[in-house]
Amino acid sequence: MGITERLIEDAGLRRGVSLLTPEKIEKTIVAVLQGETGARLKTYAETCMRCGMCAEACHFALSHPGDPSYTPAGKVHQTMSVLLDKKGRVDPDFIYGMAQLAYTECNLCRRCVHLCPIGIDTAYIMSTVRRICHKLGCTPQYMQDTAHSHASTFNQMWVKDDEWTDSLMWQEDEAREEFPGLRIPLDKEGADIYYSVIAPEPKFRTQLIYQAAAIMHMAGVDWTMPAQTGWDNSDMCMFSGDFEVMGRLKRQHFESAQKLKVKRIVMGECGHAFRSVYDVGNRWLGWRWHPVPVIHAVEFYWELIQEGKIKLAKKFPGPVTIQDPCNIVRGRGLQQKLREVTRFLVEGDIIEMHPNMEHNFCCAAGGGVINCGPPFKNVRVEGNAVKAEQLKATGVKTIITPCHNCHGGLHDIIHHHKLGMDLKFLSDIIYECMEKPEA
Amino acid sequence: MNAAYEFVTGPLAWIAWGIFLLGSAWRLISMYQLAKKKDASSWAFLDLGFSLRSIVNWLIPFNALGWRKNPLLTVTTFAFHVCLVAVPVFLMAHVALWTEFFGLSYATLPDNVADIMTLVVLAACLVFAGRRLTQKDVAYITTGKDWLALAIVALPFLTGFLAYHQVFDYQIMLIAHIVAGEIMLAAIPFTRLSHMVFAAFTRAYMGSEFGGVRHARDW
Repeated sequence: MGITERLIEDAGLRRGVSLLTPEKIEKTIVAVLQGETGARLKTYAETCMRCGMCAEACHFALSHPGDPSYTPAGKVHQTMSVLLDKKGRVDPDFIYGMAQLAYTECNLCRRCVHLCPIGIDTAYIMSTVRRICHKLGCTPQYMQDTAHSHASTFNQMWVKDDEWTDSLMWQEDEAREEFPGLRIPLDKEGADIYYSVIAPEPKFRTQLIYQAAAIMHMAGVDWTMPAQTGWDNSDMCMFSGDFEVMGRLKRQHFESAQKLKVKRIVMGECGHAFRSVYDVGNRWLGWRWHPVPVIHAVEFYWELIQEGKIKLAKKFPGPVTIQDPCNIVRGRGLQQKLREVTRFLVEGDIIEMHPNMEHNFCCAAGGGVINCGPPFKNVRVEGNAVKAEQLKATGVKTIITPCHNCHGGLHDIIHHHKLGMDLKFLSDIIYECMEKPEA
Repeated sequence: MNAAYEFVTGPLAWIAWGIFLLGSAWRLISMYQLAKKKDASSWAFLDLGFSLRSIVNWLIPFNALGWRKNPLLTVTTFAFHVCLVAVPVFLMAHVALWTEFFGLSYATLPDNVADIMTLVVLAACLVFAGRRLTQKDVAYITTGKDWLALAIVALPFLTGFLAYHQVFDYQIMLIAHIVAGEIMLAAIPFTRLSHMVFAAFTRAYMGSEFGGVRHARDW
């Protein structure tokens, strides 16, 4: 039982491990443990009573009943506990398994916090394991590719500078047919709202930029998008353990907003990016809070609705269910606002999944797991059978979830389990139902 | 035998209490210094109100999700911890010792109640041990340190129970009981039992993060 019995071949991990020596491993592990960790890791390692209560928390564990190697404590037991016990004296093969486990079998979703009486943050422990793997050069190939893209282009998807502005102008051009007078204002100084997105939006979900522009236009929002780097708020470096590049990305994002002297940053419907900008990157940069206020799209839409700026021509036919994205629910407490926005938009009931809100199950794509690519797809799809059961039990056709990773993860679960359900962003529904100019 | 009794209730008791109190203080202070030095990005978010909110919510049985999902362990662990603290502190025979040595006197538990509470502790230890042996997810993560902590806690209660009921030789059992109790005290700062010292702070930190930054419950 354990990770050694389910190793998956990955080019990045294999090559990274092939270059390791026991000396390098020990030196790196000791350097990270002594240099970058402190009282948190020490107390967590010492006071975990090994009670096993967290087994009930993890979707991976619940989807593999009878296999304790998927429980949160079981995962720590196979990774960080060994590093601490052996003081870093482990062999390269161990690093392969440790990396596969940390990158692909934990979404860093923090549900286990709700089941640990002592309040141990397993996500922090697994992030530290990933940090060590990154320092050892043992990262999954696909995830490392996105990290390289971040490092070279400041965005996740190798989008070139001209392609970025091209995509925005293309969407503006398209949208002006439907919304005469619509603009996607680039680099507008002093705008109320700086709207940032993740790189997959210009790359292959460009309609989301169209929809956001339509909503901003109809709501009369004073907004802008940056023409230069900093526009991508996503962050795979946070998940790969490349905190140095993570810091550069977040600095670029905030500084781009500061240069434009905007009042606030509104982030598109993505969870991990929000975690990175709102909770993680700022700390790495030594900022307690953000130099420019940051809000997630859910909160932004909620505000627009409160101010009466979103006018609907019709309501979206329900019933629907809601997938709570971990990073804006356990990460920002937006569960009630998400429901209020949904109730405003939908005709009919919200059929809740159970558990939900801050006790929700993760989509199993988050935490960078989906970014580890095709070799590990089945790890997350089969590792989230409980989500499939949850979705099925609602009996509805439509799932609303304001998060790119949740979309990616649930899309694969829906197909694998033949659930025949549709996934919607809030902006999909707002765009579909809002008042539009007479064509 | 008298000399042995004198020794375990005299110098050894001072040593055990000394290790417990000074050791706990040293662990807390050095952990505080380490946290200030290495965990600044966590330390900055500590908040008394949110800490207490989290601690209180976790002190209510079946309130937190973790408790609701593990009913047997919840009942066991609450009963265990209450008895574990109350019996040694309020046992009539123990209070008599405080009176004898320091002239201190305070409320006591009736002996028959303390007897039942001792059995509760021992039964809870059996439940904990049973889970470690038979429940796969617990067995998988159980280490020697966990068995050691369990044994250190069970022994003073087992020997105390046997001594009170005068099973085997009373004198020997009494001395064994005192030594076992002293081992437990001295072990608190340096074994898994250190969660007695640290758990409030790990909980407080998580409560502060969830309350002040994430604006969500952590229970």
